[in-house]
Amino acid sequence: MADIPTHLKYASSHEWVSVEGDTATVGISDHAQEELTELVFIELPDLGRELTAGDPCAVVESVKTASDIYAPLTGKIIDTNDALDTEPGTVNDDPYGDGWFFKIRLTKPEELDDLLSPDDYAEQVNI
Amino acid sequence: MKETQLKRTSLFDTHNKLDARMVEFGGWEMPVLYSGIAQEHNAVRQAAGLFDISHMGELLFDGPDALKFLNKILTNDLAKLEPGQGQYTLICQDNGGVIDDLYAYQLSDTRYLLIVNASRLEIDWMWIKAQRNSRHKSLQLEMSDRSGDLAAMALQGPKAAEIIAGVFPSAVELRKNQIAELEFGGATAWVSRTGYTGEDGFELVVPNESAAALWDQLMSLGQALGLLPAGLGARDTLRTEAAYSLYGHELTSDTTPIEAALGWAVALDKPDFTGREMLAAQKQDGVSRRCIAFKMTGKSAPPREQYKIFSADGTDREIGEVTSGTQSPSLGCGIGLGYVESAHAKSGTGIEIEIRNRRFPAQVVKRPIFQKSS
Repeated sequence: MADIPTHLKYASSHEWVSVEGDTATVGISDHAQEELTELVFIELPDLGRELTAGDPCAVVESVKTASDIYAPLTGKIIDTNDALDTEPGTVNDDPYGDGWFFKIRLTKPEELDDLLSPDDYAEQVNI
Repeated sequence: MKETQLKRTSLFDTHNKLDARMVEFGGWEMPVLYSGIAQEHNAVRQAAGLFDISHMGELLFDGPDALKFLNKILTNDLAKLEPGQGQYTLICQDNGGVIDDLYAYQLSDTRYLLIVNASRLEIDWMWIKAQRNSRHKSLQLEMSDRSGDLAAMALQGPKAAEIIAGVFPSAVELRKNQIAELEFGGATAWVSRTGYTGEDGFELVVPNESAAALWDQLMSLGQALGLLPAGLGARDTLRTEAAYSLYGHELTSDTTPIEAALGWAVALDKPDFTGREMLAAQKQDGVSRRCIAFKMTGKSAPPREQYKIFSADGTDREIGEVTSGTQSPSLGCGIGLGYVESAHAKSGTGIEIEIRNRRFPAQVVKRPIFQKSS
């Protein structure tokens, strides 16, 4: 059964968000990594890129398919998890820890209210 | 929208018990993976894997003219077989376009078995009946589609022979492409030394009622040797590494076996057969595009179907398209099959694959793309 930590917020497109000050760390949920199966390649956004909530900004590839990852919030990319470049499987092993994708400096922190609570996300993925 | 009911194989409950992830394939609900695609793939390369291939079609032909009829509709020369042998072959239209690729086996003097793709079974059967009724009406043979009654599985990998010996001791004597009519649970079982993975292995056809028992027996025999149930995901990565064509990807009614680099399965030296004129002309005059196998040579995302292929000779031209692509679990790099202009089809030629608007270097390679060093 997929793990949904209660201290995080979630996008309906299966990204998780952890906020500290004006910075959000983003990754994909345990449910998402399970559905995607073993990841073999991850393309992260360029540093400094300005994103609007909902923009496709990363690509994850399993053996079988390529899938888009969306920016859950509006802001600027200030850090990316470059370790995923050589070890994409980290996302499968530790989706909420070492498997994080990128950090955004938020320009519209009020958008946090639009994200799903752990309970709402659990309901969406039918757990 | 019309709801289409997916067909289920007689191993459906077995897959559920194994907690398989199921997907639609060719109108069937099939397991795409059990434990994980790469893990199942590696099991087949290093030990063994067991696949449900019951979705494939089985067509039987029996009679004094069965050989004559089949040799008119198939591209390879069935007359070269002896009872107990099989060969890879194709069904083509008059214009050389491929209707299906398949295995044809001679079971006895007058009996032949064709094993065809699930997604093409209905079309194949209609085509074969139409050919019989229009062009070969006077020939003496019976034809039957046995697909509904029969289940099939593929046991593949270096440990396959050791495992199958526990159920069918005589099967280990089979050589590549040979088939035997054996017995399992009181019913006929066809066992052939064939497969779609590039490994040694067997394909087994049994009545639906016997399938689950045979599966369980093979699994328990193989467990200690590293046998894993394997799904369509691993089947696809294995066949892509082996550079085997898949209908709907490398083969369509718009491609010919010559373009698909399958000329070795077209017997132009046998008497007339459907598609011969076009295929002979293509073999003599050459074709404008050819199916290639390729490997990514730098770091990149895996190539995927429909990605564009560009020349790497400085002319910067679009020269073709990827038809199958994946990350190779054995090689750890992107690999694929595709069509390019013939001038770029020679192995060793550099090409570029366009992935999300950027180009990445690749190289045309010999088939198979991956071969274990022995």
